[in-house]
Amino acid sequence: MNNPDKLEAVNKNSQTQSDVCIKVNDLKLFYSEKSALHGINMSVPRNKVTAFIGPSGCGKSTLLRCFNRMNDLVDDVRIEGNITIDGDNIYDKSVNVADLRRRVGMVFQKPNPFPKSIYENVAYGLRIQGVNSRRRLDEAVESSLKGAALWEEVKDRLEDSAFGLSGGQQQRLVIARAIAIEPEVLLLDEPASALDPISTLKIEELIYELKDRYTILIVTHNMQQAARVSDKTAFLYMGDLIEFDDTNKIFTNPEKKKTEDYITGRYG
Amino acid sequence: MDIEGIGHHISRQYNEELEDIRTKVMEMGGLVEQQLVNAVKALEEDDSELAETVIATDYQVNSLEVEIDEECVQILARRQPAAGDLRLIMAVIKTITDLERIGDEAERIGKMSLNFKTNDNIKSTLPAIGHMGSRVRVMVHDALDAFARMDAEAALQTWHGDRQVDKEYEGIMRQLMTYMMEDPRSIPNVLDLLWTVRALERIGDRATNICEYVMYLVKGKDVRHISAEQMEKQILS
Repeated sequence: MNNPDKLEAVNKNSQTQSDVCIKVNDLKLFYSEKSALHGINMSVPRNKVTAFIGPSGCGKSTLLRCFNRMNDLVDDVRIEGNITIDGDNIYDKSVNVADLRRRVGMVFQKPNPFPKSIYENVAYGLRIQGVNSRRRLDEAVESSLKGAALWEEVKDRLEDSAFGLSGGQQQRLVIARAIAIEPEVLLLDEPASALDPISTLKIEELIYELKDRYTILIVTHNMQQAARVSDKTAFLYMGDLIEFDDTNKIFTNPEKKKTEDYITGRYG
Repeated sequence: MDIEGIGHHISRQYNEELEDIRTKVMEMGGLVEQQLVNAVKALEEDDSELAETVIATDYQVNSLEVEIDEECVQILARRQPAAGDLRLIMAVIKTITDLERIGDEAERIGKMSLNFKTNDNIKSTLPAIGHMGSRVRVMVHDALDAFARMDAEAALQTWHGDRQVDKEYEGIMRQLMTYMMEDPRSIPNVLDLLWTVRALERIGDRATNICEYVMYLVKGKDVRHISAEQMEKQILS
């Protein structure tokens, strides 16, 4: 896993492909009859960090969950429009959702390690893919933990329970688990909001390092965090995408008054 | 960013902090403007007392600069301002630097006027210098007014005024040079005047800087080091 030759091939490949990784086309989402997203259109750039910001209930988490079809698990959800990843419509009937979630990994607000050892947590995804070779698993666990900037802290206790780790370490462990199966896209739903400031900075540093290899979408309530880690920022408000632009632009000179009011802490 | 939008933060304390900074900038601007008026008047009317006042006022200006700077640092550290608020803080930090320098130039004119010994020959330049002085004062005043009202178009108009100041500067320089050629003994005195005129010209430049910060604050566009045409296109669009 993650062997250099393969990685290089992936990188070369991605350079020749267009810079847009994900396209959202007039995406509408309804919870039974209530409309939660009213026609979102956006192009998410490859190997960049795109942040979604907006007040509670604006639809940012709902939108994030559309990228790996997590909303399929919610009753009474209806979706119109579509999302393409590298040109493949992920809402097409032929799509195998388990395959999709292999391509699009996800990390949640609260770290959710499995009640297993550190090693088994990271190896889990590979084992269910049928990888059993100890050597391959060892390599994957090591490179994923290194990728998640956790290796140095846990390399001597890989067989210990994952619950013995601190919250910040657990979150990095979960990220290691997500990247062990080499997804193309990583969805992060408030990955640092339950962590202390130092652990938060470590996660942010990790996000910065990971973007060379993955397209990252992050939902955050912490605007400064969006400003620090993202290349692009999308501002959602009551189910509409109000503004989507370079983070530098959004935080210094946004086009829309609603965006300005939100990021400067004004009531609109 | 417009003047109506300046308040309206959810945090009332934040509104008050920003308003306080704006008020202090205006206070500093008022002091500097008065310094400039008095400096030119002291020179024109050979009023050494007034010149001393100009020099003394500089302490007040300097301490206001330090105070406002400190408040801006506090806001940056504690509030992490964004968008219009961030541009306001940046514009304030830069504006007060220029205001402080305008104060220094006025102080220099005040000191010059204390040394200055009028003789009939070069005295004839004083009205022209007085005229240039009031033109520059109006520029500083209008730049601060544009800042207070957050009016980018007014700032642009004031910015254009510097051309006229430069013309007057060149005219007076030519005149002073002829005096030096005619009577080398007048050179020390003429040099004082020359530095005075130079100081006024620099004040005009600093007023245009303030205009540029206002345009940045309001429109979010950096208009430094671009042609007048480009600037108009950016601001009036």
